Amino acid sequence: MRWSKRFRAAVLKGHGFDRAEKRRVPHPFRRKEWDTTNPHRTFAIVVLTTVLSLSLFAQNPTPQTPTPSPRFVVVLDAAHGGDDTGAHLASGGFEKAADLALSVRLRSLLTARGIQVVTTREADASIDADRRAGIANHANAALCLSLHATESGSGVHLFASSLAPAAPTRFMAWKTAQAASITRTLALAGAVNSALTQAGLNVTLGRIPLPGIESMTCPALAIEVAPQRDPEHNITAEPDNPDYQASVATALAAAVLEWRTDPQRMESRQP
Amino acid sequence: MIPRYQKILFAILLVASLAMGILLWRLREGAHKRLLAGQSTAPTAAPVVAPAEQATLIAANDLDNSLVPQVHSLPLPADPEARARAVLGKLLDLYAVPESTHPVPGGAASVSQVFLMPVSGAKNRQDPSHQMAIVNLTGSFAAGHPSGLETESLTVLSICATLRANLPTVTQVRFLVDGQPRPSLAGHADLTRTYLTDDTVPTEGNKQ
Repeated sequence: MRWSKRFRAAVLKGHGFDRAEKRRVPHPFRRKEWDTTNPHRTFAIVVLTTVLSLSLFAQNPTPQTPTPSPRFVVVLDAAHGGDDTGAHLASGGFEKAADLALSVRLRSLLTARGIQVVTTREADASIDADRRAGIANHANAALCLSLHATESGSGVHLFASSLAPAAPTRFMAWKTAQAASITRTLALAGAVNSALTQAGLNVTLGRIPLPGIESMTCPALAIEVAPQRDPEHNITAEPDNPDYQASVATALAAAVLEWRTDPQRMESRQP
Repeated sequence: MIPRYQKILFAILLVASLAMGILLWRLREGAHKRLLAGQSTAPTAAPVVAPAEQATLIAANDLDNSLVPQVHSLPLPADPEARARAVLGKLLDLYAVPESTHPVPGGAASVSQVFLMPVSGAKNRQDPSHQMAIVNLTGSFAAGHPSGLETESLTVLSICATLRANLPTVTQVRFLVDGQPRPSLAGHADLTRTYLTDDTVPTEGNKQ
């Protein structure tokens, strides 16, 4: 009761409570005091709220022009590992070792150019395809390169998934997640093909079922390094040859740098 | 002292046994005569040799990652499953020669069986226009196949395309190795999925 009298007197005075009085006021009434004693502030808040609501409704629904994300992560996936040796190369080594060597070499080149790199394996470890896809998806990668080596064919083989393009959705099936990115994957294949060809390497392109890659949501390619051959099809460099790997890694690094500034990279990104 | 009725019973059983023995002997002789009468003494019929026909083989080339149609003349059986096996055998024979553009050891013996069955999920399961081919490869073929994304994929795709070219009703292909499902051919090509033959037929100017 005593407080009500003081409150009414303060309202009549027209300047609210002073600090000493405010401290004495019980908590439930502080809010009430704030609402009722300053009508100008209340009016200003009402006006601001109305303006903000109207501005939210009046927003332009057309999509904004995509801008390149400052975060650019590249996932390097050295295939096979552990018990899974991959192909037996003519040099006596295993594919898993050649894949890892190329991954390490490419990682160094990309890191030196300021690109963040995530690798699926750094040692001779066995990792299944789902785990590899999980690493790439968790990293929210801009692209993924799955590295292979073989003794058959010649030059560098580029493979994209044979999945048909699909519209991106919020939830995608695990085994066909790549379908939403396949258009950008093909654009990436074009950039990599161009860089490898400029480096004087023989390139073949193809689209095949790729179990691990088809679960990745980013543009992803399988890159298979085959022996380098002369026009008579004689082998001039094995896939695990350091000089040959260096030329392939340099070309791939150039392709990644080009892809980083490519406007097609941002087209039809999944939500 | 043996009672009279037991003597009579014994005599009856003895007579019955003798009569049955004689009857069995006569039946045996009759069956033997009928068998001899029905046996053909003519020489066995000569095996039917299937006539040679044109078969289109979709051969792989490792150097340019392409699938190229080749027409060969070979005897093809009338039975679709045997026909499919004969065609695939010829294809793998091409790959087994040393100068092959897609060298894979094994040859025709690498295809154990080819089974044709209606496509699962089809509205009409008796519809012969959509069949799935189950290709059963030998374990030695898979073990000896070169390892690599390109070479394994070309083998799988050339088998699918060859089946489609010679048996148009085959729209899907699945693979077994020694009668069992296998994750991959030699570490790369996925053998767990169903391949659609429409996706593997090469078109002019668009190889592989």
